[in-house]
Amino acid sequence: MMWALRRWVQSAATVLSNAYALFPFTRNIYQGKLKSVCVPGLNCYSCPAATGACPLGSLQTIFANIRPSFKAGNFHIGLYVLGMLGITGSLVGRMPCAWVCPFGFLQELIHKIPSRKIEIPHWMIYIKYGFLALFVILLPLIVVDGLGYGTTWFCKYVCPTGTLEAGIPMLILQPQLRELAGLLYLNKIAILIVFLVLMVFIRRPFCRTVCPLGAIYSFFNKVSVFRMVHHPDTCVLCKECYKGCPMGVRFYEGANQPDCIRCLKCMQESCKFDAISYEFAGLPVKEEKAESAKSP
Amino acid sequence: MWNTKKSGFLLLLLFLVVLVIGINAGEVAAVWEKAVNICLSCVGIG
Ligand code: SF4
Ligand code: SF4
Repeated sequence: MMWALRRWVQSAATVLSNAYALFPFTRNIYQGKLKSVCVPGLNCYSCPAATGACPLGSLQTIFANIRPSFKAGNFHIGLYVLGMLGITGSLVGRMPCAWVCPFGFLQELIHKIPSRKIEIPHWMIYIKYGFLALFVILLPLIVVDGLGYGTTWFCKYVCPTGTLEAGIPMLILQPQLRELAGLLYLNKIAILIVFLVLMVFIRRPFCRTVCPLGAIYSFFNKVSVFRMVHHPDTCVLCKECYKGCPMGVRFYEGANQPDCIRCLKCMQESCKFDAISYEFAGLPVKEEKAESAKSP
Repeated sequence: MWNTKKSGFLLLLLFLVVLVIGINAGEVAAVWEKAVNICLSCVGIG
């Protein structure tokens, strides 16, 4: 039940984040007022259908333009975007990754393709903090041109969401842009293809190893208003939670780990021993379980 | 001791303040301006 609900929410969020249906006629991106609000998931604002701003792209732009902004007396340091991310994170931690991120949704769908599944070494989940520190914060802040402008390193050299949602469709919609496609474009296409292939074999490879947005939300998992709870007294260490988890989290080793995206699959479907629940503001929430998870 | 039950609400309050400061500093317009122009970096051509 919860699983079906999540699929509906993921589908609705993907459509709402990309609801600008006039782009085939305008051959351009949406330019309305909604674009000043960041969507909670990873969704490129240069996607012709995008209705909101990408939080990661917005943050990088503000960091890259920080010197000219200070010179002009504007003092834009990213508080508006950080505020939006912080409010979401404080309330639900990394939950947007499971419920409203279009790129997370895509990874789960592609992972359904039948194949041998591979597990990544645990240390790889820490790589995303390097991408956040370097490509989103430090490089845009430090590497600047003569006028003091930096660049959006993550968007430019890495982001496969941008390639999929903006790189491919914009070159179709605006043929004049094709002349500009060179090595940079090939690099981004190659990264996208690598991740599309990895998604078949590995659970959410991008979210777990690279996504700086997931890295930001993960800082809130242990302190957010909504939190998962593990009950060691009833846990029999059967590890079913780990087997079914879309993020490969070993829930039995502790609740609210950085990679838990609060999809609730372990609680609703995997655990037959009532060893998993969640709480809101410290108050336990009782939930009816899915039929399949009722008896051991 | 740090009360983990209240931590989420305290952070929520803190980030609400951060958001309001950002709005007052004119950052909404900065985000909008970037988001309504095609970003060549995102596309992979600049
Ligand atoms: S599925 Fe439940 S009982 Fe089994 S290891 Fe996970 S938390 Fe423990
Ligand atoms: S640990 Fe449970 S709630 Fe967290 S991501 Fe895995 S299945 Fe979902």
